[in-house]
Amino acid sequence: MVETTVFCEIKNVAAGMATIKLRRERCKGCGLCIAVCPKGAIALGTRINRNGYPTVILSDKGSCTGCAICAEMCPDVAILVYK
Amino acid sequence: MARSRMLLVKGNEAIAMGAIEAGCRFYFGYPITPQNDIPEYMSRHLPEAGGTFIQAESEIASINMLLGAAATGARAMTSSSSPGISLKQEGISYLCGSQIPGVIVNMSRSGPGLGGISPSQGDYFQATRGGGHGDYRTIVLAPHSVQECYDLTMRAFDLADRYRNPVLILGDALLGQMKEPLLPGKHRVRDAVKEWALTGANGRKPRRLKSLYLNDGELTKHNWMLYRKYRRMHKEIRFETVSVEDAKLVVVAFGSVARILKNAVAMARDKGMAVGLFRPITLYPFPSAALGEIAGRVKRFMALELSTGQMVEDLRLAVGTEGVDFYGRPPGSIPSPDELYREIRKVYRKRIG
Amino acid sequence: MKQVFKRPRSLADIPFHYCPGCHHGVIHRLVAECIDSYGVQKRTIGVASVGCSVFLYDYFNVDVLEAPHGRAAAAATGVKRACPDHFVFTYQGDGDLAAIGTAEIVHAANRGERITVVFVNNAVFGMTGGQMAPTTMLEQQTTTTPFGREARVNGYPLRMAELMAGLTGTSFVARCAVDTPKNLMRAKRYLRKAFEVQLEDRGFGFVEFLSACPTNWKMTPKQATEHVSRTMIPYYPLGVFKEENA
Repeated sequence: MVETTVFCEIKNVAAGMATIKLRRERCKGCGLCIAVCPKGAIALGTRINRNGYPTVILSDKGSCTGCAICAEMCPDVAILVYK
Repeated sequence: MARSRMLLVKGNEAIAMGAIEAGCRFYFGYPITPQNDIPEYMSRHLPEAGGTFIQAESEIASINMLLGAAATGARAMTSSSSPGISLKQEGISYLCGSQIPGVIVNMSRSGPGLGGISPSQGDYFQATRGGGHGDYRTIVLAPHSVQECYDLTMRAFDLADRYRNPVLILGDALLGQMKEPLLPGKHRVRDAVKEWALTGANGRKPRRLKSLYLNDGELTKHNWMLYRKYRRMHKEIRFETVSVEDAKLVVVAFGSVARILKNAVAMARDKGMAVGLFRPITLYPFPSAALGEIAGRVKRFMALELSTGQMVEDLRLAVGTEGVDFYGRPPGSIPSPDELYREIRKVYRKRIG
Repeated sequence: MKQVFKRPRSLADIPFHYCPGCHHGVIHRLVAECIDSYGVQKRTIGVASVGCSVFLYDYFNVDVLEAPHGRAAAAATGVKRACPDHFVFTYQGDGDLAAIGTAEIVHAANRGERITVVFVNNAVFGMTGGQMAPTTMLEQQTTTTPFGREARVNGYPLRMAELMAGLTGTSFVARCAVDTPKNLMRAKRYLRKAFEVQLEDRGFGFVEFLSACPTNWKMTPKQATEHVSRTMIPYYPLGVFKEENA
């Protein structure tokens, strides 16, 4: 299956909460974001990108506070944060 | 001619003066005998001209400072002598690979190793074969008088900018230390905009100056492009001839040896020998074609060098191995016109009659 | 919702070639954020070095000069002297700066050159496949210290920030890390100060970043980051070693 979407879209988020968007083709599955998320809301997903890396997902969408620590730690600028 | 404008200066000083006149505003160097007059002159006069002088921590640092300043479009120079020039080779290779101009002055001393401080011509290979790694060339200019030290230095900056390539001035201890009258000239610096220079990405795309090409085929293409540039440099070939029109034996030499030979050739002519002198001024590109032309009319060539034989190889490539004699004088003593005349006479009697 | 974290403008939007978990990407971004923050993108000239970060010129939207291995500080000296109104930085690894480039960095600092030096210390030669670096820790195994680094044979790990702080020409010298969010925020502050000493024409700015190298340390990204925290920081303490006030 060819990956056409670049972003991992988060839908149906309640107003006032925050979210992240992942640039899946930039993710290298290093897991640093997983280690630093204060809510433990990020996890390794099942999708493998074109470079062969497993990629992360926001597994607990409701917990995201938009603190952006994941984005700060990401060595590939693969995470964008919205609040 | 305004004799009052004549100055009595050392070859080293003439080089520094020519550089400043040509618009050089950055000099980076490290002390080494026999060229210290150059940084010393620059330390005093370059700031007066609004330029920057840095005595760097090494010859390696100097060539890299030159790389940096020249990358921004400035006219920059460094100078050293033989072992110091060895240290600069990597930097020179990078200048060529990234196509950044600059002037490097080598006032040769004796080698190999620590050698000595007397004049020599043992850096000919280093200068003309691209002494560092990779497939590159630099224009090499060989002055033989204080006036030429001045004039050729000015020319070096123009050539460096024209070809986006470093230019080497190959002198020696004798040239550097001797004093002669110099008539300083005015140099018109053509302030062409350097479309490749790093000046800050203000209103344009960012530029980079690099020599690394890893993608398939890129470096091949880059090297052929440089090769074609080096071929175009052949337009800049220069040489001087003295009495070659009816000569049977032509002596070939550059720099201070050519200087001494002018007297020796005159002595030979006085004694009725048909001797001429061919003096390459550009050592790279070597004036092979001009020598080839003379080879048809002349019986014999004789190379004379302050070494065990380096330029003679280029002479043989130009005119054939058969008709070339060689007199070498590795460094440690300077030959007199008398001595060179006797060597010429030996060859003349043996080969011409 | 509005975007609260985005890629800095000075950072080119192309994928990094660095290994998963390598801190180069983070440090590049921090430098780009600073360039944006001080509004100097249009007058910045970077000097790239030789190491994993040799492709720096691809990642920054500024003019960049490639320097020979170890010589970035000398090249940056030439650049800054020729263009004193420009913002000039070097970005060097531990081989480039602490091995072959020690003379050049010491003398550029000693001259008080108005440049900002970003020194990335991951205790190993990354690009060439994991050989010992001057900053390799004792007992650390590398491809040229297969039995672990021994002081008798190879000397001690070099503490560059401390060395630089001892030079009169330096104006700001610090060491930081990006192993934890807290240290990352501190790193940002130190980097800003290293920018400021140049922008305010006060002197030479130097920031050493401890960095992870998962590939050559043979660790996972998480383990490598923890190795920075647990093993490197005790030997290479974080903090400001020299700060001259305006």
